[in-house]
Amino acid sequence: MSKLITCEDAVKKVKSGSRIMVGGFGLVGSPLSLIDALAQTEVKDLEIISNNLGEPGRGLGVLVRQKQVKKAIGSYFTSNPEVVKAFLNKELEVELLPQGTMSEAIRAGGAGLGGFYTPVAVGTKIAEAKEERTLNGKKYVFQEPLKANVALIKAKKADQLGNLIYNKSARNFNPMMATAADVVIAEVDEIVEAGQISPEEIVTPHLYVDYIVLKGGN
Amino acid sequence: MNMKQYIAARAAKELKHGDIVNLGIGIPTLVADYIPSDVKVFLHSENGILGVGPTPDLENIDQNLVNAGKLPVTVLEGSSFFDSASSFAMIRGGHVSVSILGVLQIDAIGQIANWAVPGKSVLGVGGAMDLLEGSNKVIVTTLHTNNQGESKIVKELTYPITSERKVDLVITDLAVFTVKEDGLYLIELSPGVSLEEVQQKTDAPFHIAEAFYIGKEVRA
Repeated sequence: MSKLITCEDAVKKVKSGSRIMVGGFGLVGSPLSLIDALAQTEVKDLEIISNNLGEPGRGLGVLVRQKQVKKAIGSYFTSNPEVVKAFLNKELEVELLPQGTMSEAIRAGGAGLGGFYTPVAVGTKIAEAKEERTLNGKKYVFQEPLKANVALIKAKKADQLGNLIYNKSARNFNPMMATAADVVIAEVDEIVEAGQISPEEIVTPHLYVDYIVLKGGN
Repeated sequence: MNMKQYIAARAAKELKHGDIVNLGIGIPTLVADYIPSDVKVFLHSENGILGVGPTPDLENIDQNLVNAGKLPVTVLEGSSFFDSASSFAMIRGGHVSVSILGVLQIDAIGQIANWAVPGKSVLGVGGAMDLLEGSNKVIVTTLHTNNQGESKIVKELTYPITSERKVDLVITDLAVFTVKEDGLYLIELSPGVSLEEVQQKTDAPFHIAEAFYIGKEVRA
């Protein structure tokens, strides 16, 4: 039972209105082949959970330019001026989360938790609508977990089973996103036989990964 | 040395051997260039690196190895990589000794605004709130006044606050302030800067520490 499919087949898992998670810190660790394949489809009204929305015309920025995105949840969108413009024109909804709160919310989503209390953002604009609670004399706000229909992630290497290792700072949000979606698709640079990656080195065990695509693989 | 380099060099003197240090974007990034050779610190980058090294030569750039400002970096011996949730668990969990951050405004009690400008669309926060909340010590490095010549040290924040947590030390081109229960304390004047100039260019009221430094000399 091979998990290897083409990028074209992989992005068929994403439907109009789907909520998807996309790995990457800027373009580093972003599954660019999968995003390009998604940009070739007609899907629209996507809700995207990702730290950023790429750059103008690059990465997730392509989907923004093609008006395929309805809502974005992430921590930093200022780096793509087209996102700012789409937001001002009311073509795009944005939900901003502190980066640590966002990454932990994804982790919680994948770990079966109902949310968590964090001290980050207490008393700020971002936490205005959130439940505040004092625990042992310290103020916290409640954060709900984040889950998605599909996660598109990027890893350096997979084995045939779908065990993954990452590449330096390209790891970022990918390991959490691998745990928090109904369908997880990993774009990788290289696929090796099972057993070729040491069990001590595997970052994402294969049970999380549904499909593997090769970078540029169609 | 220009003013920003002066501020960075002054901030570098605050670092202690063994510190885990997170450097923000702008002046804080320059701090790495001024850490004394006998002080070994470990630079943490919130996108998942402990042990960040110097900027690589053009031919040694690795596109998978960047800092939180998305600029290429290297790593030193003993470095490690980890995911974003682990990285922010380190920050929130109190495992980062010092964060050095840039600011838009600092108020009279040492709270800061450094993530959003009113009137402009607020579409980015990144790790600013996490770092301010979780770091054991927070040092702010900033020019004393903004581009319009207005004081960045204000009575009350007019920009959105980043955290209720106060910073510990404020280093500008003109002066250094510590933050105590009852507000800002001037502890140091930069060489060639008078107390009058600092008073004139600082909107927020501040205390003057009993003994403070003028250049390298202690004055009572």
